[in-house]
Amino acid sequence: MLLRSLTVSRSEFEAGTGWTLKPEGACQGHVCIPLSRPAGDTVDVAQVAGDMGMPLVEAAEHGLWALGPAAVGSRALATAEAPDLTLPDLDGNLFRLSSQRGRKVLLYAWAPY
Amino acid sequence: MWRSLRDELHPGGFELVTVGLDTLGDAGCRAFIEAARPTHPSLIDRHHVLAELFGVINIPSSVWIDENGVIVRPAEAAPAPPQPTSGPRLALPADAPQRFVEIMAEAAKIRRDTEAYHSALRDWVARGAASRFALSPDQVIERSRPRDADKARGHAHFQLASQLETDGHHDAAVRHFREAHRLVPDSWTFRRQAWSLEKVGSDALARFWQGPDPKSPDAWPYDGDWLTDVRKVGAENYTEPWRP
Repeated sequence: MLLRSLTVSRSEFEAGTGWTLKPEGACQGHVCIPLSRPAGDTVDVAQVAGDMGMPLVEAAEHGLWALGPAAVGSRALATAEAPDLTLPDLDGNLFRLSSQRGRKVLLYAWAPY
Repeated sequence: MWRSLRDELHPGGFELVTVGLDTLGDAGCRAFIEAARPTHPSLIDRHHVLAELFGVINIPSSVWIDENGVIVRPAEAAPAPPQPTSGPRLALPADAPQRFVEIMAEAAKIRRDTEAYHSALRDWVARGAASRFALSPDQVIERSRPRDADKARGHAHFQLASQLETDGHHDAAVRHFREAHRLVPDSWTFRRQAWSLEKVGSDALARFWQGPDPKSPDAWPYDGDWLTDVRKVGAENYTEPWRP
């Protein structure tokens, strides 16, 4: 997740990382990582990154940070429950993967290079 | 190809969601999407969140997700649907640079388990959870890409590089792309993306050159390039064999 500030709103954090902030911690499906302080409306990214073992890499001279994925277990997926992928189409309309519940989905990655 | 498969399977409760992974965003993807005239959602993933969230390391690849939003097959190579008739092969112009001739020769050796993959896909669409190709949650996690702390850090460097490139800070972007390549050595997309931003020439093939400019080879900022890296592993190992 890319950041211009190390304090972000709860919804930005959840959309950017795929982790939902609950009283018991940061959760994906049934997997929850406890947090040292419960998250409020805003998230202290450095603190939560430390709690969750997420790498925080900076290009401070450009006012930019990137928060990498939590290394849960030893695999890319911590759970088989798909994160709610949210991406724009060519017209800028946001698509949410959860809009397809009730259908089987083939998510297909391609690139123009 | 994919669109006609999608249109055939859609009435049975199936959707295809295509995602173009490109730091250049709309500008990079638009011509390809408009030519395909998709009837399905067709999305732009500027900073490769599919790598972070699903463990995508190469293209084309797919993730299968069931009606309840549960992944039943993690990221794996997704060959194009079989063609009803074999059309003319993509031919290079006679004056194409030697590099493209060599790239096409290597690309032709890349393994494509088309029949096994597509018969499995049809089986799953027809039979759902009863299909033996729909994996259990534990299998899905176990088959997703290995990820340790270094790889997690490499994903952060990649996203930082992609945003820096977008913001016009190319030299800074290169430094972080290189770090991503070092930390996530199994990702082809992280390398191909960075190589494609070092355009050679100005025509439609400029982003496919993916290697040093013969006029100034010392200016190439990366350790590898498409031809060198593919030959190092062997084109036949570029994608992992499909497993049921």
